[in-house]
Amino acid sequence: MSMPLRVLVTKVGFDGHDRGSRLVSAYLRDAGHEVIYTAPWQEIEAVVRLAVDEDVDIIGISTLATDHLIVPDLMEALAAAGKGDVAVVVGGIVPEQERPALITAGVRAIFGPGSSRDEIIHTIERIGDDVRDARDRVLVGEA
Amino acid sequence: MSLDEREQRVDVDPRRVWESEYARDLPEGDVIRNRSGFEIKPLYSEQDWTGSRDAADGYPGQYPFTRGIYPTMYRGKRWSQRQLVGLGTPADYNGRVLQMIDSGANAISLLPCNSVFRGLDCDQAPLPLLGTCGTVINTVDHMDRALDGVSLDRISTAMNDPTPFTLLAFLLGTAKRRGIPASAITGTSNQSDYISHYVANHMFYRLSQTGARRIFTDHVAYCREILPKWNPVSIVGQHMQQAGATPAETMAFTLSSAIQYARDCEAAGLDLDDVLPRFTFFFDISISFFEEIAKFRAGRRIWARIARDQLGAKDPRSWRFKFHGQTSGVDLTVQQPLNNIARVTTQAVAGIFSGLQSMHTDAYDEAITCPTEETARIAVATQNILREEAHLTDVIDPLAGSYYVESLTDEMEAEILRIMALIEDAGGMYEAVGAGLVQHMIGKSALAAQDLIESGAEKIVGVNCYETDESEAAAPEPYRADPEAMQQHVDSFRKFKAERSSDAVRRALDALNRAADSTSDNIFVEVVNSAEQGVTHGEIVEALRDRLGFGHPLIVA
Repeated sequence: MSMPLRVLVTKVGFDGHDRGSRLVSAYLRDAGHEVIYTAPWQEIEAVVRLAVDEDVDIIGISTLATDHLIVPDLMEALAAAGKGDVAVVVGGIVPEQERPALITAGVRAIFGPGSSRDEIIHTIERIGDDVRDARDRVLVGEA
Repeated sequence: MSLDEREQRVDVDPRRVWESEYARDLPEGDVIRNRSGFEIKPLYSEQDWTGSRDAADGYPGQYPFTRGIYPTMYRGKRWSQRQLVGLGTPADYNGRVLQMIDSGANAISLLPCNSVFRGLDCDQAPLPLLGTCGTVINTVDHMDRALDGVSLDRISTAMNDPTPFTLLAFLLGTAKRRGIPASAITGTSNQSDYISHYVANHMFYRLSQTGARRIFTDHVAYCREILPKWNPVSIVGQHMQQAGATPAETMAFTLSSAIQYARDCEAAGLDLDDVLPRFTFFFDISISFFEEIAKFRAGRRIWARIARDQLGAKDPRSWRFKFHGQTSGVDLTVQQPLNNIARVTTQAVAGIFSGLQSMHTDAYDEAITCPTEETARIAVATQNILREEAHLTDVIDPLAGSYYVESLTDEMEAEILRIMALIEDAGGMYEAVGAGLVQHMIGKSALAAQDLIESGAEKIVGVNCYETDESEAAAPEPYRADPEAMQQHVDSFRKFKAERSSDAVRRALDALNRAADSTSDNIFVEVVNSAEQGVTHGEIVEALRDRLGFGHPLIVA
């Protein structure tokens, strides 16, 4: 890993269960990354604003009670705000039948129950490297 | 072994023989700890627990109720089979709840949609999220429809209803329409324990702590006057255990909250012997079988001592630790979901041996979705089988006298009291929560529990052992509300708002605001009146947030 990633860990929709998001935040922090952590029930606009203000590489959305159903709305809002380069990953309960819709919407990874700490950290680091590489290419192209 | 050797060993202490044989056969030793961190010995005997303490523990129905809060326990009355149900529109709920009553449920529990928990009406929420995890109820009309055909004077109804208790207000409006006196209504205001909402899960968080604190005592006072058979207080250990607290921590935090609520009631001028008999508790029952039984037996006698000696309640009914148990969803797995039936059964047996008063058994698909009709039916049947076929209820407190269970109960009691002393030293539950102490302990325990799963020290079948390659076809179909029916529900709600008397709504909201602004008026009286006048759930919560503040849940990451 080259540089610490900036990761926003949050929840959208109406659920408040935060055991998972707190655990993953601790994992990321212990792996040397910078975590921006919020209270649950964020509105999509608020998540986009935070992603811009905090200049994050990755947004991790924790979901338990069907709030993943509005993640495609988040993807659209991010693109509309010109932040389509920020990778979004989802962790928690996403029924098999509803995974394809999230992947199609551009979600880069879905961590279901049973995902190990290593799997979560390594996947996020790999995605983070991709995000940074893509940004570097844009910068080089502009120069 | 020769005959001589055998004769020589006759005088040897059998305990010492066993110890040496155990050490010989297991030379590497083994340390097993339960979730609360106690080291569990391979054998318990007289030296761990010295025998009957009938005088100290009391018989069932006697102080300090270690053996159960009623003299007859399940021989006299079965526990309430109270399945938590919440889905779709009020009509969807009604269909499911009538089915549950047909299958043997003798009490019901209403779980509203998460949008309701957030204080919103259905026209303020994204359609895809409506009704996926609970029923969309915003008015008296909605409640009336949801409980169509349910006899409110015969079936006990628990409402998952945080401050300001709008669902209870809608229930009272429904009862009034049907000519049922409020005094005949039985049930519980679940989720009245707002302290738990600040520290864990945050699902039911709606109002500032000071606002919630004020409405809480108003609602207790109202129920004491108008709803004598209603339990206005349910103190919830479930959220904290789900968020990661150990069983011992959970019981300690819950009892510390109970002390706080009792003191608040007293400060509001209520007589403790009027309100404590209506205090109830709500817990998760994890799969750590003996530990859960010890948790509840210890909790029962600690509460009895607190209520009698610390709070000074005189009426023995005030000392009884009445609790509802829900088999813990945390132990359920998405992997190999049918295995969850075995987990729920084990948890439910622990609950029965713990002497609970009311129980919810999870459906096997609850790790994935709001239960479907079939999985909900199996969950009820699990309770029916355990009660009717397994002879678990023939004997009251059947594990009493087990060296292990009694010793574990004592150890659990000591640990709960140790943690309660930490809370008390911090200045009580409000102070401990305000300082982040409780949240910090929960977070630490959650991380430790996850580390044990990661390392494989704690085994979960299908997750870190006995894994199988699962095809997508095996995944249960998630429950989702019918979008057309939900859209119609939202449309008819809009129509209702457009057609109701705006004068009546304005007058009711004015009165609600005045009560909130005053320091002495009972706010809940005006919540009930507002509901009757057609004010919606979202409007009531919004008005009170304006007046009493929203605040922030207390999260320590």
